[in-house]
Amino acid sequence: MSVTLSEAAASHVSKFIAKRGKGVGVRLGVKTTGCSGMAYKLEYADEESADDLVFESHGLKVLVDPKSLPYIDGTELDFVREGLNEGFKFNNPNVKNECGCGESFNV
Amino acid sequence: MALLQLSEPGESTAPHQHRLAVGIDLGTTNSLVATVRHSIPECLPDEAGRRLLPSVVRYLKGGLTVVGVDALAAESTDPRNTIASVKRLMGRGPADTDPGMRARYDLTDAAGMVRINTVAGPRSPVEISSEILKVLRARAEETLGGDLVGAVITVPAYFDDAQRQATKDAARLAGLNVLRLLNEPTAAAIAYGLDEAAEGIYAVFDLGGGTFDFSVLRLSRGVFEVMATSGDSALGGDDFDEVLAQWLHKQAAGADLDCGANRALLSEARRVKEALTTEASVIARVPQLGGGVRTVDVTVETFQSLTRTLVERCLQPVKKALRDAALKVADIQAVVLVGGATRMPHVRAAVKAYFGREPFIDIDPDKVVAIGAAVQANVLAGNRRADEDWLLLDVIPLSLGLETMGGLVEKIVPRNATIPVAKAQEFTTFKDGQTAMSIHVVQGERELVSDCRSLARFELRDIPPMVAGAARIRVTFQIDADGLLSVSAREQGTGVESTVTVKPSYGLSDDEVANMLKAGFEHATDDMKARALREQKVDAERLIEATRQALAEDADLLSLAEAQRIDAAIAALATAREGTEHLVIKASIEALSAATADFAARRMDKAIRTALTGSRVDSL
Repeated sequence: MSVTLSEAAASHVSKFIAKRGKGVGVRLGVKTTGCSGMAYKLEYADEESADDLVFESHGLKVLVDPKSLPYIDGTELDFVREGLNEGFKFNNPNVKNECGCGESFNV
Repeated sequence: MALLQLSEPGESTAPHQHRLAVGIDLGTTNSLVATVRHSIPECLPDEAGRRLLPSVVRYLKGGLTVVGVDALAAESTDPRNTIASVKRLMGRGPADTDPGMRARYDLTDAAGMVRINTVAGPRSPVEISSEILKVLRARAEETLGGDLVGAVITVPAYFDDAQRQATKDAARLAGLNVLRLLNEPTAAAIAYGLDEAAEGIYAVFDLGGGTFDFSVLRLSRGVFEVMATSGDSALGGDDFDEVLAQWLHKQAAGADLDCGANRALLSEARRVKEALTTEASVIARVPQLGGGVRTVDVTVETFQSLTRTLVERCLQPVKKALRDAALKVADIQAVVLVGGATRMPHVRAAVKAYFGREPFIDIDPDKVVAIGAAVQANVLAGNRRADEDWLLLDVIPLSLGLETMGGLVEKIVPRNATIPVAKAQEFTTFKDGQTAMSIHVVQGERELVSDCRSLARFELRDIPPMVAGAARIRVTFQIDADGLLSVSAREQGTGVESTVTVKPSYGLSDDEVANMLKAGFEHATDDMKARALREQKVDAERLIEATRQALAEDADLLSLAEAQRIDAAIAALATAREGTEHLVIKASIEALSAATADFAARRMDKAIRTALTGSRVDSL
């Protein structure tokens, strides 16, 4: 059981946390949205809650709530650049099909 | 493929719901566009990494338009068609046109606003400004990978209604939706986070390229109140360039300069002024009529004594504003510097001397307004909780949602959401001709309705009959400060509406809440499987329903063998649906879809033929 950050993702997360001025790491999760499938959650984490599963990756904490883990177990969060646009991408081995935009998916 | 952004805790947006919004500082000399990415506001650079876009537009023969650095470079070679500082003309009629602009360009007086004659024809200040905004919009859309929902555009506090309207018109012409015009000093205060800071009185000293604004803001309970504004809408960094240029021209004993040489002289004066921010003296190269260059040595002392009267002119409105607000210098808690011209050391020194304190300079004075506008745009576009300004009264202990097809829970308000809160989501009908919808409000963390707590049921009736999926039913969950939940459903087309009110925490002890949470965690994997299975069952049912409907209408399009094949696939799916393996159901769904592909194509052809029969091609 693990959720990790790629090197690029980790360095960008560190940079963003430094600029933002606070945060212990990132929180990854999913939101179930009825018949349209799942949507990813990607947030700054300011504190661990007692229920969180905590993974360490490149010195950063990756927090996942226990309800989300089965959907994203094994995921590597990556940071990619496409032209002027850039952002994070979930490389999630559990995904059977995506909506094409990468924001929601099915298992 | 959309790339994801880091959100503030609890503020992840639903898929496709992150709304792209920007803040734009449409300046006299330079313009910028900024946005909030990964919760951090930043100015967006172009491909070459430049953030400042010179507010210069050049019109070429043949209708081509050049904006920014390339236009600025042509200032001295093509001065009549290269328009700078157009902000000075925004919303200005013939009577109040800036004399400097009148001397520099070929102006025609027109009703309402002057026009500038260029090789491309007469252009209004609104059109010229829109060219600048178009470039910033394109830069933002390319960087953010999508269409903008809107922009916050900043204007000087001194802008009157005509000037504000002209700015809005320019934005509309550039295809931008204006979320709000924001006063520049307020934007600067927001950029420094003063809206979240201690209550008090703050001053914003904004010396831009073309306008000087001084504002006194009072912050109380997170809201800015403008106590006084003053300024000079014809005083800015450009005037420092002008004074220095005149002096350089005199030093070099030049004859009258033509338009182009005059512009070259102004650019040189600007370069010298900027260099003197960090250096004690600079060699100016003054262009001469008929070519050639003379050098003039300019020291900081010379520049500062030449422009002392301009700095003093800045302090007059400051005194006036304080007098108007009946404030003493000591009442001001902090001073924010805005505008590139506040980089000049003697301007900073004058501000510091007058207020007796170091002004805020941490954020680049060129970017601070755009950054504040971006922060505001992000809030207005709905990317942050609208309830942020409210007192944190309470949180809801368990998620609230409603039942969807297959006995699945759709969570509308996640647990730990602060109240008061309102969330809405759209749903649709499942069957053709469905005229009523049963709404079942549930509470809990589990995926299946049967594992959650039922709070209320109500019905929305009188939905007009439509095909499945065409109705748009907006369900709103609203929880007030007392924790009272009201759920309303409204069919968007006809406006029929139905509402129920419950108190969700009623009768639940803390232990019960804790147990419901724990069950949610313990059953995470089971729930995932259960949800997958239910989803496939719902899909299977929908497909069988749709196929049967199609067979009832258009069975004549099929041969006997084809009809039998489809019937067999329906039967297989109906059997699979009763099982517990979601992948088996999925495979059967795909099999039925494949078996009906030709049938669907034929039905489509038939529908098109029916629609086209009796119509003429040119009437379509």
